Amino acid sequence: MDAWHITWFTLATAAVATVLMLPPGLALAWLLARRRFRGRVLLETIVSLPLVMPPVATGLLLLWLFAPLGPAGRALASLGVEVVFTWKAVVLAMTVMGLPLMVRTARAGIEQVDGRFEAAAATLGAGPVRVFFTITLPLARPAIVAGAALGFARALGEFGATVMIAGSIPGATRTLAVGIYSLAETGRDQEAFVLVAISATIAFAALWVSNWLTSRPGAQA
Amino acid sequence: MGLQLAHVAPGRAGVIALDLLLQQGSFTLEIRVVLDARITALFGASGAGKTTILDAIAGLRKPSAGSVVVGSRVIFDSARGVDLAPHRRHVGYVAQEVALFPHMSVRRNVLYGRRENQRLSLQTVADMLEIGPLLDRSVAQLSGGERQRVGLARALMSAPELLLLDEPLAAVDVERRRRILPYLERVRDELAVPIIYVTHDRSEVRQVAEHVVILDHGRIVSTGAPAVAFGA
Repeated sequence: MDAWHITWFTLATAAVATVLMLPPGLALAWLLARRRFRGRVLLETIVSLPLVMPPVATGLLLLWLFAPLGPAGRALASLGVEVVFTWKAVVLAMTVMGLPLMVRTARAGIEQVDGRFEAAAATLGAGPVRVFFTITLPLARPAIVAGAALGFARALGEFGATVMIAGSIPGATRTLAVGIYSLAETGRDQEAFVLVAISATIAFAALWVSNWLTSRPGAQA
Repeated sequence: MGLQLAHVAPGRAGVIALDLLLQQGSFTLEIRVVLDARITALFGASGAGKTTILDAIAGLRKPSAGSVVVGSRVIFDSARGVDLAPHRRHVGYVAQEVALFPHMSVRRNVLYGRRENQRLSLQTVADMLEIGPLLDRSVAQLSGGERQRVGLARALMSAPELLLLDEPLAAVDVERRRRILPYLERVRDELAVPIIYVTHDRSEVRQVAEHVVILDHGRIVSTGAPAVAFGA
């Protein structure tokens, strides 16, 4: 039984997804927290959509987009990149599903940063990029770390979108969540329960770390 | 209007020409003045528009019309579509709450805006304001008076062409005021940086300012040397 491979694969893809979430997540969080522009509410809605839509529906949309003949898939195929039913599809599903949680948490953190610090930095000659990286980001760090942790946790448990766009190919795209379903479906309950035990252990450890991070002296989030 | 004022002050170093119209709810700020003193005090009760003027000069608040000229540089002119971003204005601003960066040491705060061609060294500024012993502290460990000096040092290290000070003594008790004023006088006398100094305290005006602009409800009531302006 390849339980360890599945575990490793799930942790690795969730980690990659979390790293991929950060640049667009922080950019969107900053945009929504600090800028007033036309279409802001629309953007906010689109970002949050995967949070409330059935994940399977998001998965089907992604499948349509990234299928070899789909709008995004065609472009990628011409570059020789194949996404659907590979590990990249797993990462894609996890990223899209985790992003809203990261954006919402990071945004709340950025809104908490006192604008007077950013204004002071600007009068000292710092342009918007420097202000973001030296003032906004460090002051919002607890919320950004919390947002990344939430995004990672969401990615670990991702099922609906993953199963649509990546399937459950043993040794290639099977994650813990998808694996549990596939194994139970085919009557291999014992093996499924091994994956359940592993999932519970990881969740327990993640919550432990997150509680420790937030209850530590000096933590703000 | 802005162009006219630019002619009034044709690029002399240290001369600041302000022509500001700014509306904020029911409050209207409308001032037009040329300043060429080393320290000009903006004096008035709270709500007179003092901080609003500083914000407009620093680029943190956009006037609906007017112009701001610092020396030879036009940093804002609504008629010509000039509106430099705050970080391009070279205007130092010590806000009332100072806003020292809480996640940096005092030293990193002071060095944050240091410019490459800075004539002033950290040593010079630290000596002048006597903050040398504070440099390795965290911001949370500073008293009100120390925060003001550190904020002043931080602004000076960015080599501003104009320095804005918003009630630098407001959060400081009477005893410490007597100790901070001499530092401001030093900055005034040792550095060639014009200062606009906001206060609602007459005695501060008399002590540090050469020129005072008295404001009331967004308009200039009187302007001149402190003795003359207050005497009127």
